[in-house]
Amino acid sequence: MGAASPALESRRWKKPPFIRRAWLRWTLALGVAFYLALALGTTEVNWTRVWDGLPRGVQFFAAFFPPDFKTRWGEILEGISESLWMTVVSTAVGIAISIPVGIGAAKNMVPAPVYYFCRAILAVSRSFQEVILAIFFVKLFGFGPFAGCVTLVVATVGFYGKLLAEDIEDTAPAQAEAIRATGASWLQWINYGIQPQVMPRIIGLGLYRFDINFRESAVVGIVGGGGIGATLNTAFDRYEFDSAAAILLVIIGIVMLVEYSSGAIRRWVQ
Amino acid sequence: MAVAGTQVWRRRDPLMQFAVWAAWLLGTAIFVYCWGEISDRTIWAFVTDAPTQAADLGARMVPPDWGFIKTLGRPLWDTLNMATLGTAMAIVIAVPVAYCAARNTTPSMTLVRPVALFVIVSSRSINSLIWALMLVTIVGPGVFAGILAIGLRSIGFCAKLLYEAIEEIDESQVEAVRATGASRAQVTAYGIVPQVMPAFAGISVFRWDINIRESTVLGLVGAGGIGLPLNGAITTLAWTRVSLILLVIVAAVVAGEWISAKVRHAII
Repeated sequence: MGAASPALESRRWKKPPFIRRAWLRWTLALGVAFYLALALGTTEVNWTRVWDGLPRGVQFFAAFFPPDFKTRWGEILEGISESLWMTVVSTAVGIAISIPVGIGAAKNMVPAPVYYFCRAILAVSRSFQEVILAIFFVKLFGFGPFAGCVTLVVATVGFYGKLLAEDIEDTAPAQAEAIRATGASWLQWINYGIQPQVMPRIIGLGLYRFDINFRESAVVGIVGGGGIGATLNTAFDRYEFDSAAAILLVIIGIVMLVEYSSGAIRRWVQ
Repeated sequence: MAVAGTQVWRRRDPLMQFAVWAAWLLGTAIFVYCWGEISDRTIWAFVTDAPTQAADLGARMVPPDWGFIKTLGRPLWDTLNMATLGTAMAIVIAVPVAYCAARNTTPSMTLVRPVALFVIVSSRSINSLIWALMLVTIVGPGVFAGILAIGLRSIGFCAKLLYEAIEEIDESQVEAVRATGASRAQVTAYGIVPQVMPAFAGISVFRWDINIRESTVLGLVGAGGIGLPLNGAITTLAWTRVSLILLVIVAAVVAGEWISAKVRHAII
């Protein structure tokens, strides 16, 4: 101890900050603080209404113990099976459409005009939230599961086509080249050169999309697109929290089931 | 043309080929059944009428009512706030949940981990619109319900990706910190946090970008934001305003995606 300690003190190791440039760090911190103050300051919260609603919230969570499956069981069953039909049909049709679109949107497969055309299709189908699409399709096709199906098909094409295209762009060119060197036609080239490379991943993505479509099918019903969403909306409107809790539990249960079985299928495929 | 005795190359052996055929048959049967049920519940007259309807609607939507844009500033600001504050809330809750759910950091495999996983699954299974529907009846309509809805939906997403990132860390670094005699909290702070920090920042920005898109529709069930004027315009059949709001939404979503891509690029 003594005279050497200040020098030693200053050489003590300090944890390096996550953002190295000091000015950037301070600008970001100040900016975030400023934004938060502004956002929290302009957000209007009606605390008396929140306070009044709390007993209702307690009531809602109490409704989970036990949830009421019985009273509305017929409607729940009808809604859930409609959701499942919509999920199956929209996933299958959506994937069937997104395969040609996805191939067209891969840079290494097609000439530039086709590429830009397919990329445009993907960009358009991805730009709107499912619910907004559903509102318009319900307007066009009338109430019911058909409008919901079309919505989910469009959403599936945007999601699946984009990921498929990226996957095809990432394939190893050597294998595809080898197939082409045997004199294979364009279709054979796709079938034997590209498809085996992307297959495991696109099956996984298909199952994942099935899962998403089921969850989304619960939402399109709120705006009239068929499925369990309509039943759920009615339950909330009638303040039948015990039925709503039952519906939510059924949805959670099916999502868990789909997730576990898709994990099993993925392991089996790979 | 195969000479007897020589084998011709086939992609699959017969049993495998049969399994593939059976799977296709089963899949097709399920699809046809589901389609039949949906078709029974569809009024086809409306569907065949759709092209005329679409043309009619399209004609009514142009030109967009540009003057209306002045009133959209506030709802757009609310939408941005719902997405940002909701994401912030989700992150604060998701970090401890992810810590409890990751195999290598959880305090207890038998007790805490299943609970954390259940929190993640239930938050993820329920769409933010349904959360909003629920919260509007509980805390009343407005931005607050929207923030909570976005937050509750995002916990599962952030926690899932974060705990997967924690499980993938390099154990040897943790081992090295532990070997210096560090406490459990110090091991977390110096061994784990620096490794997952880039993934964590990336996940947050990614979810923020998704939340911008999600929060544009929460107004439809009364939770504030740009969905509120959209709902109003649709119910009053003011189609020129609808088209303007849709353009604003697309611009907001594209801007959000651009910012998120830039930030993620800067982090990685």
